[in-house]
Amino acid sequence: MTGTPGPGGGAVDAAQGRHLLLQMLRVRQLEEKCVELYSAAKIRGFLHVYIGEEAVAAGVLASLGPEDAVVATYREHGHALLRGVSAGAILAEMYGYVEGCCRGRGGSMHLFDAATRFFGGNAIVAGGLPLAVGLALADKMAGRSNVTACFFGEGAVAEGEFHESLNLAALWQLPVLFCCENNLYAMGTALARSESQTDIALKAAAYEIPAWAVDGMDVLAVQEGARRAVDAVRSGGGPHFLELRTYRFRAHSMFDPERYRAKDEVARWMERDPITLLRTALESAGQLSAAEWEQLQADAQAEIAAAVDFAEAGTPEPVEELTRFVYSERDTGDGAGPGTGTQPAGKETGAP
Amino acid sequence: MKSSYREALRAGIRDAMIRDERVFLMGEDVGAYGGSFAVSLGLLEEFGPDRIRDTPLSESGFVGAGIGAALGGMRPIVEIMTVNFSLLALDQIVNNAATLLHMSGGQFHVPLVIRMTTGAGRQLGAQHSHSLEGWYAHIPGLRILAPATLEDARGMLWTALQDPDPVLIFEHGSLYNVPGELADDAGPVDIDTAAIRRPGNDISLITYGGTLPAVLDAAEQLAADGIDAEVLDLRTLRPLDDAAIMASVTRTHRAVVVDEGWRSGSLSAEVSARITEQVFFDLDAPVGRVCSAEVPIPYAKHLELAALPSAARVVAAAKETVDAGG
Repeated sequence: MTGTPGPGGGAVDAAQGRHLLLQMLRVRQLEEKCVELYSAAKIRGFLHVYIGEEAVAAGVLASLGPEDAVVATYREHGHALLRGVSAGAILAEMYGYVEGCCRGRGGSMHLFDAATRFFGGNAIVAGGLPLAVGLALADKMAGRSNVTACFFGEGAVAEGEFHESLNLAALWQLPVLFCCENNLYAMGTALARSESQTDIALKAAAYEIPAWAVDGMDVLAVQEGARRAVDAVRSGGGPHFLELRTYRFRAHSMFDPERYRAKDEVARWMERDPITLLRTALESAGQLSAAEWEQLQADAQAEIAAAVDFAEAGTPEPVEELTRFVYSERDTGDGAGPGTGTQPAGKETGAP
Repeated sequence: MKSSYREALRAGIRDAMIRDERVFLMGEDVGAYGGSFAVSLGLLEEFGPDRIRDTPLSESGFVGAGIGAALGGMRPIVEIMTVNFSLLALDQIVNNAATLLHMSGGQFHVPLVIRMTTGAGRQLGAQHSHSLEGWYAHIPGLRILAPATLEDARGMLWTALQDPDPVLIFEHGSLYNVPGELADDAGPVDIDTAAIRRPGNDISLITYGGTLPAVLDAAEQLAADGIDAEVLDLRTLRPLDDAAIMASVTRTHRAVVVDEGWRSGSLSAEVSARITEQVFFDLDAPVGRVCSAEVPIPYAKHLELAALPSAARVVAAAKETVDAGG
């Protein structure tokens, strides 16, 4: 180990540090491109970008293996990308094209990918938690040592499904890693305006789930916390809970005028940009030259540019296929149309 | 062999547990208590607490966990105590189970079976007596079953478990104690078609689930008055077997739909609309309906009975329809 102090004081391995930096850059550039494409009316519907929160997905997903499962929210472009869904398939999905990871049926809020065990893309706050509990139940009953990582925002802790799911996971000692992305606002409602107890880890502790808070702007701290938690879950320690303290730099969605928070608060958090923090740490440790930084940025830019080209070249699904995928395998005879679901999903290959 | 609707359901669950180790039953009081309606009585002892899994009172949590387990390769049977309680799990049923295949562009199937009790007739008041299966039959992505006979109680479950999509099975509470004969080799049945329970030529009485016994009773009374009624059991409420409905109505030229749900926006409305859309010119009279009174189901026995479809009301509606046809 050529360890040097990281942004949070932890040791940085040079190659690992540069890898995480690239992962966060990929998400940042994908999201900035999404905003641009939304303004150009290429992407429609609701669009929620992850800018500022990249360290959370990068750190947690780096701690998982390919057999593990991931359940995420409607702010999930970054999770999908870092889980292995191609940027091209993600952008084509937002364009509403058949080359998208869900053939344009899902859109920005509903990215799914069976190959990487990425279970969405859930746009009902806390609605993904019971799914994660069930995925973990299946793993436990089948004797598999997989972990299900479930991401949700701090707004979810006010929902009944949050409490039901934590209780079930703890009661049955299921291999779930609950990842609460605490960005302080449920849309426009500040945590202190919606919760009588704002210490979220305490809520998990009430269910006898080991829980701790992590600096969600420090990707190395996130990765270290996630690694500890994932190891514990995988070795039969039951569910674990991370509160990842982070901040979204942009509006909740493209429709949000941001009346509920002060500009100087946003500016203060932006001083702790997770990409800048890691870059600075690597540079001051002599582990990232100017040329290497330029190269990382260029690599991410090239990937996203190719993804845009892929999406631009996409094709709309024929309207005749409208009622596919309502049911599997059989025509319902109920207005669901011909050929319902008997075809394979037609996963596209070669997307950048 | 002598059996009952309850025992037939239990035999179906037991059979599925033996045939497929991925199958497990999960719900409130399915284990130590033996099932709130005693359907799963004895199964905990036979299969153990992992596969006969008692849950906390967390309908959304355990229904969602069933969806997740189905995504993870299991074949869960989730029992919800009554349809009224299923409203606490509507988010999971409607927003997840019914949508995941479509939202994922065909990638994620949800082979989940949810069983629940429905219906009135036991003086349980307005929070345990409603018939909301028609709501669920509104939702694309779900398959809705209503076993009314011992054969269907025994045989629909296995076929439902083979379906790659979510299936909801509605068991009418008044049927559990219905006795009957069940063939020793009774097994899986289809879940696609309606069934003629009594052939007839003068009028089609179309029903399902808990009202089938009353409708069969009404048909016998009508026969005594010289009206030969056909009784069609829908069995599957989504997708509806349009072909069987239209074949019956084009033969009899008259139809009365009997549905314990409320009339407004109901399954009976859907069936009636389809008849008028598809075979209007074969009708000799307007389609009739017998539904529950538009009131939360009351406790008092005489009021509850007055609110529900009965053989007498079916007879009256059938005669009116026959008379209207001239």
